[in-house]
Amino acid sequence: MNSVFVKALELIVTGDKEVLFIASTSLRFAVSSTVLATVLALPLGLLLSLSSFRGKKLIIVFLNSLMALPTVVIGLLVYSFISKNAPFGNLGLLFTPGAIIIGQIILAFPIIASLIYSALSNRDPSLPETLDTLGIRGIRKYVILILEAKTAVLSALLSGFGRIIGEVGVSMMLGGNIRWYTRTITTTIALETSKGNFELALALGIILIVISLTINVLLHMGIRDV
Amino acid sequence: MSQSHKFIIIAAAALLLSQTFLFSAGKAENPRHLKLATTTSTDNSGLLDVILPVFEKNTGIKVDVIAVGTGKAIALGENGDVDIIMVHARAQEEKFVNQGFGVDRHDLMHNDFVILGPESDPAEIKGLKDAAKAFRRISGSKSSFISRADNSGTNIKEKFLWEEAGISPSGIWYKEAGQGMGAVITMADDMDAYTLSDRGTYLSMKDKTDLRILVEGDKRLFNPYGIIAVNPEKHKGINFKDAEKLIGFLTSPEGQRIIKNYKKDGEQLFYPDLIE
Repeated sequence: MNSVFVKALELIVTGDKEVLFIASTSLRFAVSSTVLATVLALPLGLLLSLSSFRGKKLIIVFLNSLMALPTVVIGLLVYSFISKNAPFGNLGLLFTPGAIIIGQIILAFPIIASLIYSALSNRDPSLPETLDTLGIRGIRKYVILILEAKTAVLSALLSGFGRIIGEVGVSMMLGGNIRWYTRTITTTIALETSKGNFELALALGIILIVISLTINVLLHMGIRDV
Repeated sequence: MSQSHKFIIIAAAALLLSQTFLFSAGKAENPRHLKLATTTSTDNSGLLDVILPVFEKNTGIKVDVIAVGTGKAIALGENGDVDIIMVHARAQEEKFVNQGFGVDRHDLMHNDFVILGPESDPAEIKGLKDAAKAFRRISGSKSSFISRADNSGTNIKEKFLWEEAGISPSGIWYKEAGQGMGAVITMADDMDAYTLSDRGTYLSMKDKTDLRILVEGDKRLFNPYGIIAVNPEKHKGINFKDAEKLIGFLTSPEGQRIIKNYKKDGEQLFYPDLIE
């Protein structure tokens, strides 16, 4: 077990070119997908928390159940849309970073949207009215509402990020684990495990944990200053 | 600066950053991509990591390797999701070409399959020259056998050998793993079980397993690899031109020599078909 940590440390310290590439690929995909999923999820979260309409409960129940969607099912679903003969086949997305990011957005969107909704629902119920009375409307009103719940919103974002950076089903199926292109930490772990390179696989696992720890710490430190 | 301004700036910065990421992810050295579906055995052996960079350097074409079982590689070719396939299951390859999905099939290289097992060898197959007989002894003694069970080239060969042995394997001793070659060798090692493997993958994992080659040399264990371009008339957007270039390179004296000279721990993993 000791040698695994030594190996992990060695890979990080010596800056192994391929490991760095793989780690940055994972990070790039996960950051892009999280941000894009959040951009899509914020309006829905705001809408759900600010207004009541028919079918609202249904949307919430639906979002909550989508949180349990297995990554391989998402992978399969997206695959069936972007394979050559499928509706979006002519875009040539399969086995490219774009395919992975689409899958990861679908993976993270329900989590982020429903956690943002609950984050925004926990505010002082009179806040929107107060803002209305003060004449604060539009974007500024929404921004203040989000800022009031910033820690909870950040948690929503990080939950989405966590699910994305740790997933292997979508990346493997849609990205194809192509070296120097779509190979991520998790697909490398799967590959190296299958080749019997347990030490390298475990070392990569440790790197994954370090990355996610760093991001969490940085963001939590950052949010205090906003 | 007000809180909300700060927030908007940070949000915009995050968005911009992700777009840069996305852009660089999509455009990262994005010359011409050729999608090659191949078997886990060729990929795990490390040969492609040696031979493809030479091709990429010569031509500027980036080869994207998608390593799956032969069955899935052929399916990807049928769907037009890859431009070229390199697989090892002659009958399926011919079907692929005859049905019009593939064109221009070429023999590329070969090695052989071996039956691996624990040193204790409970089924007493060591040294047999008849693979079917070895399979009969394994099933007769109900010794654990791990099957790839993933419709890969190795799995297809295994099923053929059971047929030759006149046995349809079933029972607790016959374990269908549904995993790649490397994973199955690791499993067999852990469970002191027998399995069928291509020689290349076994040699590339030799220092990580206690399994031994117990049966080899049967003619039926021959393992030929072929390379086939996907028919550009079946699907739009198939990169046929570059697929032809790759076939040309791999079957050229230069490509064939690289295959011949590729060794792991001093042992040759693949034998080229077109040069001596």
